[in-house]
Amino acid sequence: MAKRVNVTGNEAIALGMKQVNPDVVAAYPITPQTDIVQYFSSFVADGKVTTEFVTVESEHSAMSATVGAAAAGARAMTATSSQGLALMFEIVYIASSYRLPIVMPVVNRALSGPINIHCDHSDTMACRDSGWIQLYSENAQEAYDNLLQAFRIAEHPDILLPVMVCQDGFIISHALETIEVQDDKVVKDFVGEYKAPVTILDPDNPVSVGPLALQDYYFEIKRQQAEAMAKAKQVILHVADEYAKLTGRKYGLFESYKMEDAEAAIVVINSTAGTAKVVVDKLRAQGKKVGLIKIRVFRPFPMEEIAAALTGLKTVAILDRAESFSSAGGPLFTDVRSALYESRCKPLMVNYIYGLGGRDIGLEEIEQVYADLEKIQNTGQVEQLISYLGVRE
Amino acid sequence: MSKLNWREVPRAGIIFEGGNAQKYQTGDWRSERPIWDSNKCIHCLRCWVMCPDSSIKVADGKMTGIDLDHCKGCGICAKECPVKVQAITMKPESEIE
Repeated sequence: MAKRVNVTGNEAIALGMKQVNPDVVAAYPITPQTDIVQYFSSFVADGKVTTEFVTVESEHSAMSATVGAAAAGARAMTATSSQGLALMFEIVYIASSYRLPIVMPVVNRALSGPINIHCDHSDTMACRDSGWIQLYSENAQEAYDNLLQAFRIAEHPDILLPVMVCQDGFIISHALETIEVQDDKVVKDFVGEYKAPVTILDPDNPVSVGPLALQDYYFEIKRQQAEAMAKAKQVILHVADEYAKLTGRKYGLFESYKMEDAEAAIVVINSTAGTAKVVVDKLRAQGKKVGLIKIRVFRPFPMEEIAAALTGLKTVAILDRAESFSSAGGPLFTDVRSALYESRCKPLMVNYIYGLGGRDIGLEEIEQVYADLEKIQNTGQVEQLISYLGVRE
Repeated sequence: MSKLNWREVPRAGIIFEGGNAQKYQTGDWRSERPIWDSNKCIHCLRCWVMCPDSSIKVADGKMTGIDLDHCKGCGICAKECPVKVQAITMKPESEIE
């Protein structure tokens, strides 16, 4: 029987890791991810898992050790946030190019500077082109569910790509929430035993991993990665179907909330979706045709599906919790807007950068966004394409 | 040799064969060539110990020559050859006929 437990987002991840019992975890503590490593190391100390826990001296080493373990055929994990992810950046690309199915929980935190420990998405957005699959979670329940599904996605023989499982720092990672967790055996059966396709520790079948590939072969290997990423969409949906049968909790590439007859919509990632749903409910009660799209899978980007979901709407606001400094909008905005290019019936679209460095975003700000959309719909004019929501003007 | 397309290349460029570095001839990187004088050589095998590319050929405990397909011409062998022996000297490739 599944049971309900009261846990933080970090505890939910550590609990899932305990149930999966990975072969190797190499991790270094960093706020706000620290609890994950702390809880998990206590599971190791108490003999609740048989994981080889490697205490490394930095995140560069954490990811390096994880890559080495995964290349040796282990189910290997690490977890990080912000500066830690930035420090492991070099090896993040190596993990994906070696096609190692590493699962890494990331607790989203602003990148320095100014130095800051609170939530925004600048850390994982900086890795959007790293060849990792990225799953985002609105709350602790989704973080737990995404974590379990991540192993099946990463280790699928057609995919073999690493996966980041993201949740909002402090807002989710440190807030208590009642979630449903499955039985250990159910999780074990669902995740299954990992059999690495190749291992560097088999002397009868020696392999060289990570060879030099210059003008003659680098491009072909990158093309393979792109193919695996494109195929991941179907695998993610297939794994989600199986997970839904097991748990009753259904996941897609994104969640459509009250979108059936919506004329105005917000597209958003992670915990702010929860805040926005409250506003959608309030405005729906007033008879306004508003809805919400919450991105779960950002890499691969669900281009066709997003285009289908937003075509025909009158107005759309894309909310980015990261500034790309392109002067052309945030990372989610540019992807969503590009997805709509072929659409015959494009909505008017605007971008809001919000919540940087943990700046709180409340119901009032979200209501303001829907009010702005209403004005744009009425006038047919976009006066300001990119706005900063919640900054002092 | 025709090159493999992206569907044919093993995933992530993994090489399913050991000892394949032998197939990569690094000798053409060389700008200086070690010249070995078998008459002077005392077969102390210091060069064999020190060569970073395993390019000193040895049979029955005696040096037999230099593998010029893989020698990169670093000159360590000439440097390590005992001063009183000097059986190996480096010569610019441009001066070799």
